[in-house]
Amino acid sequence: MFAASSEAASAALTSGFFLENAWVIPVIPAVAFALIIFFGRRMPMKGSEFGILSMVASLVFSGGAIMQWIDRVNGAGEEQFIAPIVKTWTWWQSGGMEFGLGQHVDGLTLAVLGVVAFISTLVQIYSVEYLRGDRRYTHFFASLTLFSAGMMNMVVAENMIQLILGWEIMGLCSFMLIGHWWEEGANSRAALKAFFTTRTGDVGLLAGTSILFFAANDWTQKTLGVSGFSIRGLSAWALSGEPSHSAIVWGAAALFIAAIGKSGQFPLHTWLPDAMAGPTPVSSLLHSSTMVVAGVFLVARLYPVFFEGMDILGGSSNFIVIIGGITIVIAAALAFVQTDIKKVLAYSTVSQLGYMMMGLGAGAWLPAVFHIFTHAFFKACLFLGAGSISHSASHHSFEMKKDMGGLRKFMPVTFGTWVISTLALCGVFPFSGFFSKDEIIDNVGHNGYTLFMYVGLGGAFLTAAYMTRATYLTFFGEPRGAAAGEHHDDGHGDAHAAHDDHAHDDHGHHDHHDAHAAHDGHHGDSHGPHESPALITVPLVILATLAIGSGLLNAVPFGHSFENFTKWVEPRVEVISPTGLATVVGGPGASRPAAEEEGDGHSAEEGHHDSPCGKETPKDGVCVAPQLSHAEFKWSKAALSMIIVLLGMVISWVLCVQLYDRKNKALVGLTERNALLGRGYRFLVNKYYLDALYENVIVRGIAHPVSAAAYWVNQNVLDGAVNGAGNITRKVSGWVYRNVDQRVVDGTVNASGEAARGLGGFLRPVQSGKVNQYGALLFGTAAIGALVLVIINT
Amino acid sequence: MEVLSDHNWVLSVGTFLPLVGVLIMLFIPKGEEALNKAVGLGTAVATLAVGIFTMIQFDYGKAGEMQFVAQTEWISVIKSSYLIGVDGISLPLYFLSMVITVLVMIYSWDHVPSPGNPKAFFILMLVLQTGMAGTFIARDLILFFVFFELVLLPMYFMIGVWGGENRQYASLKFFLYTMFGSALMLVAFLALFFKTGAESFSIPYLVENGGAIAKNVQVWIFAGMFVGFAVKVPMFPFHTWLPDAHTQAPTQGSVILAAILLKLGTYGFVRIAIPILPEAAKEWAPWIGLLSVIGIIYGALGCLAQTDMKRLIAFSSVAHMGFVMLGISTLTPFGLNAAMFGMVAHGLITGMLFFLAGSVKERYHTLEIKRLSGMLKQMPRLGWILGFCAMASLGLPGLAGFWGEFPAILSAYQPADGLPVETFRTFMVVAALGTVLAAGYLLWLYQRTAFGEPTAEFAPGHGHDEDIHDVGTFEWIAWTPLLVAIVVFGVYPQLMFKVLDPAVKVALKAFGS
Repeated sequence: MFAASSEAASAALTSGFFLENAWVIPVIPAVAFALIIFFGRRMPMKGSEFGILSMVASLVFSGGAIMQWIDRVNGAGEEQFIAPIVKTWTWWQSGGMEFGLGQHVDGLTLAVLGVVAFISTLVQIYSVEYLRGDRRYTHFFASLTLFSAGMMNMVVAENMIQLILGWEIMGLCSFMLIGHWWEEGANSRAALKAFFTTRTGDVGLLAGTSILFFAANDWTQKTLGVSGFSIRGLSAWALSGEPSHSAIVWGAAALFIAAIGKSGQFPLHTWLPDAMAGPTPVSSLLHSSTMVVAGVFLVARLYPVFFEGMDILGGSSNFIVIIGGITIVIAAALAFVQTDIKKVLAYSTVSQLGYMMMGLGAGAWLPAVFHIFTHAFFKACLFLGAGSISHSASHHSFEMKKDMGGLRKFMPVTFGTWVISTLALCGVFPFSGFFSKDEIIDNVGHNGYTLFMYVGLGGAFLTAAYMTRATYLTFFGEPRGAAAGEHHDDGHGDAHAAHDDHAHDDHGHHDHHDAHAAHDGHHGDSHGPHESPALITVPLVILATLAIGSGLLNAVPFGHSFENFTKWVEPRVEVISPTGLATVVGGPGASRPAAEEEGDGHSAEEGHHDSPCGKETPKDGVCVAPQLSHAEFKWSKAALSMIIVLLGMVISWVLCVQLYDRKNKALVGLTERNALLGRGYRFLVNKYYLDALYENVIVRGIAHPVSAAAYWVNQNVLDGAVNGAGNITRKVSGWVYRNVDQRVVDGTVNASGEAARGLGGFLRPVQSGKVNQYGALLFGTAAIGALVLVIINT
Repeated sequence: MEVLSDHNWVLSVGTFLPLVGVLIMLFIPKGEEALNKAVGLGTAVATLAVGIFTMIQFDYGKAGEMQFVAQTEWISVIKSSYLIGVDGISLPLYFLSMVITVLVMIYSWDHVPSPGNPKAFFILMLVLQTGMAGTFIARDLILFFVFFELVLLPMYFMIGVWGGENRQYASLKFFLYTMFGSALMLVAFLALFFKTGAESFSIPYLVENGGAIAKNVQVWIFAGMFVGFAVKVPMFPFHTWLPDAHTQAPTQGSVILAAILLKLGTYGFVRIAIPILPEAAKEWAPWIGLLSVIGIIYGALGCLAQTDMKRLIAFSSVAHMGFVMLGISTLTPFGLNAAMFGMVAHGLITGMLFFLAGSVKERYHTLEIKRLSGMLKQMPRLGWILGFCAMASLGLPGLAGFWGEFPAILSAYQPADGLPVETFRTFMVVAALGTVLAAGYLLWLYQRTAFGEPTAEFAPGHGHDEDIHDVGTFEWIAWTPLLVAIVVFGVYPQLMFKVLDPAVKVALKAFGS
């Protein structure tokens, strides 16, 4: 092993092969991507084997790294700073700046990495069945694999450039995956919208990275010997008291804009529901553990920068907490008016990302990160559940009202996993969502953001209500449409914007069911609803198990010994000497020998509550994480949120029964009778008119006329001037030619004209004489001009 | 300047070998098309072999110094000499010009545009090659000027004879516009010559003595060079010849124009204007920066207004060269490196896009975006390559375009000492917004042409089935090197930066960096 000598028990940190080589994890799927592209079609499983194997390998590597990290943490002192394992290699250098590639591995990295590898593996296995017989099966697996590689690369990134690389690769893959069935206009438009919207946010990423680099580079080079792109360098710099106010404020704000775009925060969330046009496994992967989490991850990764730049815990609301809070509510409200089951889940994702952002904005770092973790499992499970329904019960439709209902009898496994995940999403005790979401709400209040605590509670109510509605429409009541065994081949002409799987429906159907018949012969009527095959249900069951169990990793109510996630993931706050963070290439992870030599030993005794990291400036050495405190868990507070959630479920259930089952006259059609409700309903159905604003006002109303105007100016003003000048020159030269210089210039012109004609004798005579006239004139002018200039200046 | 290598014949041979090919071809009858093509291509390949030899012999440890230097008397009456050499700045472009010529000739093997006559066409390409390579090795202003102008004529005939419907207008405009810039450039060169004591036109001499010229005179001389180079780049507002020339030029002409000819302008800034006139460069830098960012936004807006695929790509060149010029205007090694990288990257990517546009035109006989649809369905490989190039062009990290674009943006945050920092930071933000627009027009183009179902007029069974086929053999051979290079430089940009960096530092010696 690479571990340093273990004599000084409290100081030496253990490491290990997987930790030291975590950078391999994104490389594996990247190589697999190349293999799929070049050899995929010739393989027996059309390339999916490369994808799945690479995911399993990444999972093994991540698992190993996680185990070794846990050893590292457990072997360290209670409050000891656990140095991340940082490595960097020069990628390229230019003008004295160095760009590196490497790894920055700590608890946060490994938590997200583990989730990504795990969900990616399950999604790929699921896709083998779900996309069987698809036209672009190999392409699909290639994109999916590259997508995971991009996310993993972003997560292990040592510096901002590497992070941008992963970030943009995900953008590219989301474009390819959302537009997978690009024959249909709606799908390709959704793909374009996703890429373009996130790309708009990426301006912030480029600008923010530049601002922070130049502001921090001198300091990080001097103090830590790393570049201003380095994550660790930027973190330490942000907390050092060095940064100028404007640099860090602008840098953080710019980066946050990128996070808004990528993580679907208000007002750039509009691409996310449209992204449901992609195949369901893609939705599941994008909206649980990858892509949309990237923005949240960015904020969590560079937390010190946002902490200082956005003035988190500074006593008043900040940009992040406000955006997060708004997103929770507006997305949850939109989930009520959706009829497409995937869109309900999409808005639910947006809303949950709002929770994460709000938590980060309010200083609840650990609960927010834990929510990334738990949310990944239950949201992946819900999406794959929706896919399972469309695959086996609703004839590739996602319309809850039209093609579902009563499915609990036909699909017990899907139903069971769905309910478990729904309860987890709603945050019902003891499902996993409770332990993360309730902690966010609790800590937001604890940190003084009382208003946002109520926003969080309100969001919990809405979540419970819309999920109950979706569950009711899907699994209860009487089967409708395709779920009742009806064929509807007219689904194609449906006006619904992103009617995703219809293309799949049309083209892949026959192969698809032939394949079904081969291994799934016990049901005669392939069009009636039935349970999905094992390749689909097994991932569902695994995810549902985690939807229950993953919360126990950080079950705050059960006492300190259950707070493992906190222990492993939360950065220990300690002032360390800069040398303790020195970059090590190929050696053991940096331990912290220098910190103690400098007599800085108060940290262990006095506990981290007195650490100067945070709003104060560390005197000796640097901090890499701000000081945060945790709320005390109280059952009374938990009970309140439980009551709210239950209330949401019950009210929603009652209304659903009245509306959809009993067809209660007082409720059905209420939005048409009551003007105010009707207006509100239309406001929601039109998604707050944000899409209309972007597409009609900004794109069509501003961008199109502006570009048309610019082009008009180009053609008429600039080019007009050129042509005008040309015409005038021609007239003047004609006049000069005829009247003044005929004898003098003529000889030259003719001679050169003859010469050119001689050279191009085989060419068609294309006004060459005229060109030569101009040439001669221009050169004459040039010579005169030069003389004039020389005379004037001597 | 000491001679660093015994191989100082390689540059002369590499530059003039194409003319030998031309000489041979002059004796081959026009009717012997295959033989003419073979000789032309053979000459280009031989030239490329000399280029490869140059690359191998080049001492990369001394990339900042001139190598393979050769000097002989030339026009002693005006004190101009035949002085040539390459350093880290010239080498990539010098080599690129050879590669592009070979690839374009391979492409031309079965794509000689109407009205045919491969003999003339190949001869022109060889002459063009000599002009391009010569410009990058010339170390004497008059020599530089001669090569710079030598490029014009073949390109003029290429557009004027083998071009589209409006070729006469476009070719004349191209010729006159560039000529106009050249005239001013010549004025500047002459003024420079006289102001430095009428001693020599050699660039090393002028670099040493140019700084001593009074600042206000420098500014005027720089202005002359600026117009000459800016027309070639082309920078806003001198760009209007470009869309017409590109749209009307045959595919081969467009590729060479985009890949190499535009770089003559930016190269002139880096090689001549900035090192010789550092004080003037500082005065002009903010204005160059301003025109660059206007070009970035304006070019992108122009793209959004296009209905023709080729014209859209042409306008995108205005935007991309804006990034290059922005990097140059910072006058920092980092910015100049970015610009140099951007030149090569743009050459590879936009060259590739013009190849694709040519192949689309050949198959569909139109480039009107609204008539094209579902190309991915009809020609999956060509469609994917188009997607790949669009992604590279919009600056996706991991592909070559990003390393020209992002570092240029980054460099604008901190320009050289003495330049207005706040102004450049504003440029940075505007340039970053340009990347969004780039994504907008390229994705729009891709979505409209590649996705969806083919339009009714080109659907199978409507008489176009024979024309519409996937990537052909010669296309593969011509394109693969470019595609590979886009990936290789994207993944490992150090390959080029390590060559550029020392030379760029030498070029910016006057700025103390």
